Amino acid sequence: MKRSQHLLFLSIALLSLAALGYEILLMRLFSIIQWHHFAYMIISLALLGYGASGAVITIFQKQLKRHFALSYTAGIALFGISAIGSFLIIQQLPFNAEEVLWDWRQPGWLLLMYLLLAIPFMFAAGAIALALSHYSDMIGKIYAYDLIGAGLGGVCIILLLFVFMPFEVLAWIGVFSLIATLLAAMALHSTAAWRVTLLSIPPATAMIWLALHSTAVISPYKELSQTLRIPATEIVARRSSPLGLLDIVESRQTPFRHAPGLSLKADGEPPSQVGIFTDGGNMSVITHDAGNAEAFAYLDQITSALPYHLRKLQQVLILGAGGGADVQQARYHQIPQITAVELNPQVVELLRSDYAEFSGHLYQQSDVELHVDEARGFITDSSQHYDLIQVALMDAFGASTAGLYALNESYLYTLEAFKTYLQHLQPSGYLSLSRWIKLPPRDTLKLMATAIQALKESGVDHPAQQLVLIRGWQTSTLLVKNGAFTGSEIDAVKAFCNNLGFDVAWYPGMQATEANRFNQLRQPWFYRSAVALLGDEAQQFMDDYKFDLRPSTDDRPYFFHFFKWSILPEILSLQGKGGMPLLEQGYLISVSTLLQALFASLLLIILPLLFLNRGGLRRKQTIRRSNVLIYFFAIGLAFLFIEIAFIQKMSLLLHHPLYSAATVMTGFLTFAGLGSLYSQRLVEQGHAHRGVVIAVVGIAVLSLAYLLFFKSLPEALLSLPLAVKMLLAIIMIAPLAFMMGMPFPLALSHLGQHAQQLIPWAWGINGCASVISAILATLLAIHGGFSMVVILAVLLYLLAALSFPKPFQEENR
Amino acid sequence: MTHYFISLLILIAASSSALAETPDAFFEARQRMVSEIVDDVVETASQLGRERLNPRVIDAMRRVRRHEFVPPENRRRAYKNRPLPIGHGQTISQPYMVAIMTDLLDLDPGDKVLEVGTGSGYQAAILAELVDRVYSIEIVAPLGKDAAKRLKRLNYDNVDVRIGDGYYGWKKQAPFDAIIVTAAGSHIPPPLIKQLKPGGRMVVPVGSRFMTQELLLVEKNSAGDVTTRQLLPVIFVPLTGSH
Repeated sequence: MKRSQHLLFLSIALLSLAALGYEILLMRLFSIIQWHHFAYMIISLALLGYGASGAVITIFQKQLKRHFALSYTAGIALFGISAIGSFLIIQQLPFNAEEVLWDWRQPGWLLLMYLLLAIPFMFAAGAIALALSHYSDMIGKIYAYDLIGAGLGGVCIILLLFVFMPFEVLAWIGVFSLIATLLAAMALHSTAAWRVTLLSIPPATAMIWLALHSTAVISPYKELSQTLRIPATEIVARRSSPLGLLDIVESRQTPFRHAPGLSLKADGEPPSQVGIFTDGGNMSVITHDAGNAEAFAYLDQITSALPYHLRKLQQVLILGAGGGADVQQARYHQIPQITAVELNPQVVELLRSDYAEFSGHLYQQSDVELHVDEARGFITDSSQHYDLIQVALMDAFGASTAGLYALNESYLYTLEAFKTYLQHLQPSGYLSLSRWIKLPPRDTLKLMATAIQALKESGVDHPAQQLVLIRGWQTSTLLVKNGAFTGSEIDAVKAFCNNLGFDVAWYPGMQATEANRFNQLRQPWFYRSAVALLGDEAQQFMDDYKFDLRPSTDDRPYFFHFFKWSILPEILSLQGKGGMPLLEQGYLISVSTLLQALFASLLLIILPLLFLNRGGLRRKQTIRRSNVLIYFFAIGLAFLFIEIAFIQKMSLLLHHPLYSAATVMTGFLTFAGLGSLYSQRLVEQGHAHRGVVIAVVGIAVLSLAYLLFFKSLPEALLSLPLAVKMLLAIIMIAPLAFMMGMPFPLALSHLGQHAQQLIPWAWGINGCASVISAILATLLAIHGGFSMVVILAVLLYLLAALSFPKPFQEENR
Repeated sequence: MTHYFISLLILIAASSSALAETPDAFFEARQRMVSEIVDDVVETASQLGRERLNPRVIDAMRRVRRHEFVPPENRRRAYKNRPLPIGHGQTISQPYMVAIMTDLLDLDPGDKVLEVGTGSGYQAAILAELVDRVYSIEIVAPLGKDAAKRLKRLNYDNVDVRIGDGYYGWKKQAPFDAIIVTAAGSHIPPPLIKQLKPGGRMVVPVGSRFMTQELLLVEKNSAGDVTTRQLLPVIFVPLTGSH
């Protein structure tokens, strides 16, 4: 029995590993074939499969339990088969994200997509729920293996994504599930289980084969698909990592000529280029350097070249070096010391190997010092001071203007980031930030508002003296100087703009008549807004503005969130009249996802109740169902609230988004698993309720203590080596996660003793709450910050402790 | 009120000239769509710096059979005021945008117009209704060939379609009175600006295939100086309150 038990636990762990891995992989796959924000919606809703499994098992629990071995094994096998099958079918659906607001059929396709994807999650979660319900005396252990498996799944899939292409990783999901099926059959010693296993091998193998032989069907409207329609244009290489799928594209007849923001007065064109597409979009380029410096003159004819015209600079830092355009721009101006930071090692590798010669060995030049690092982390750790810190224009124009980044956290544009940049400027040094122009103006103004507040908080009395804003028709560049701009600098700004047909939107002493000359807007919005933001009534201006211009902060890191509810009716009334691009889609997609999840959860929670009141399942109620509902819903919400908030908070310590997410997620799930294992002992001693109370008190104290810690993160910690910081993160997470792992199995075991038929229902409630939690956490953080999310989580845990589902006789005591 | 009166007049004038055309199955739908656009544009007019659409543009919109330019499966939606997919990852623009862009070009009958990005050929057909000669360049060969055939079949003999890279414009036929760039790259190609006549106008829609965010109007004055106007094709003021 001992050995069988271990095998059973292993099958659970492996299944959870595959299911969580699948979830992360889907995010990758959807970001490639569609767009990130729809990926978010589809996957969130597909995870309701967890909730659905609870409902289905509650309804059919008599039959499923009678054939436990068969149904458990089949659940695992069907997870693997449908995980691959569903995705391959989805790829063929004619869904077009861009047409969602135009075409009523598109939401239908969307619905079909998440129903199809909910199937694998329902099978995986169903198998685990069956095991919890069948072995109700071992709930702590089973849940522990479920959590630990999921924790390992996160790391495992990230590692696999470094080594394999996304579709190969999809095949791995199939392999894991096949092994889990075999382990289950071996554990259960049942002919039925073996029969299912043997039957599942051919279709599972076929699916794995199909996954290995499939390619991504990328939306025809993505930049890469569009580019490949140009004659003699092809993908010449491909690199994949968890940071993105890079397609390297060469076009032999039609040059890329990538020079966003180029002045209308420019003549020449860029030298030949190679395109790098990330996840089928977001094109950047590597430009051919044949040794002729003049070939790069076009880089001096874009708004971001401004700081090089103000005075001779010595040390320049470029954050977000990518394919090297900003580095080339600095080299064109003969900067002796260029420090460049790029997050994606595969991009750097391309410039150092395959395209080293093509790029004129750009990243190996003696005047260029390249760091593969996360930009914010790099500058925080750095003790250097620079004449110029250049934050490159990293995101794509299309996605930026459509508001698709609204849900993406960005720690590069927060108030705290600005203060850090300012601290790393030489006296008279510049911080330069370029953005796409959006109409009506949004991000340029938010940058300006952030700079003003950062300057004020850094003790500057007259921020207006230290700011310059210029714009072309396509891009804007904001300069923040460490000191007041001098007369000669201002003359240089004016000359630069005059020569290239750019407009000045702010400089100290600017007159209204100078605004809006070359690139005319109906009103001089940029200049007027700059004046308003610098004036005494800045707050009133921001309140009256129809987009959200409040500076983002580390606690509320949503720079790209501009949406205000008050303008929704106006925009909707302009639907057919060109008004739709004004909708900030990312945020609304998130809200719509939340509403759909709430509606579906309501169904999935109420439906089983109707069946529980019928037929063979009707028993004398021993436990108040409302308590079960409140308890499992509250802890489902709270667990992910805390996990998501700390992934964000820890990213300030660990900086790298991948390392941070992997460390925190794996830490949380693994230690929560250990907490669950420990809870088994408490249940056996009859201390379930007391265990919950102690855990909740511990969670409350630790979460709030950590919030304070992150509020004033000691500088000394930040410059520690990454490995030490990761260790520190895990040490911090361990006790919190340990306690967070207890409330679920403690109460579920309690149900096992007093109302076993409610176990799958409770599991489903928890599943639905987790889905809602993930969506809600982001929305809450956009408005109130992650600290608020943590505080809410603590309150939810307290609510859970108060509504612990005790049997009636205990309640009456 | 005056706006409605004016649009009513335009409507009557335009439909009387349209009646002379051979009616087709979509005639009614097309007239309805154009009337809708005329009203919408009047509302947005202040943003665009004009009071209403030029009657010649309205007339052209009423004549060109948009359903001929969309794939058969989308034909019944041809007169919805929305962009539609035409295959090859391309779209036929929203008629509202086509009307505004065409109007912004301020075309005279004797003008020579360059279009970069033929697509289905719909925009070229509208232009062909208004000017002497239209030169259109399409880089996606199957699209360009289909559009050329379609335009020929519909007797738009004053449109020349060429398959190729639009970056360098159409040197042989330059300069142009007006240029419309429906498929912009990362910047406006300097050769196109050169091929614009002094006093000429260029329109570039900015945004995604299904959603035009703004229209960029490039104007070259008689001295050859270039300025742009960035127009929101929608009536929307970003501030409430007293500012």
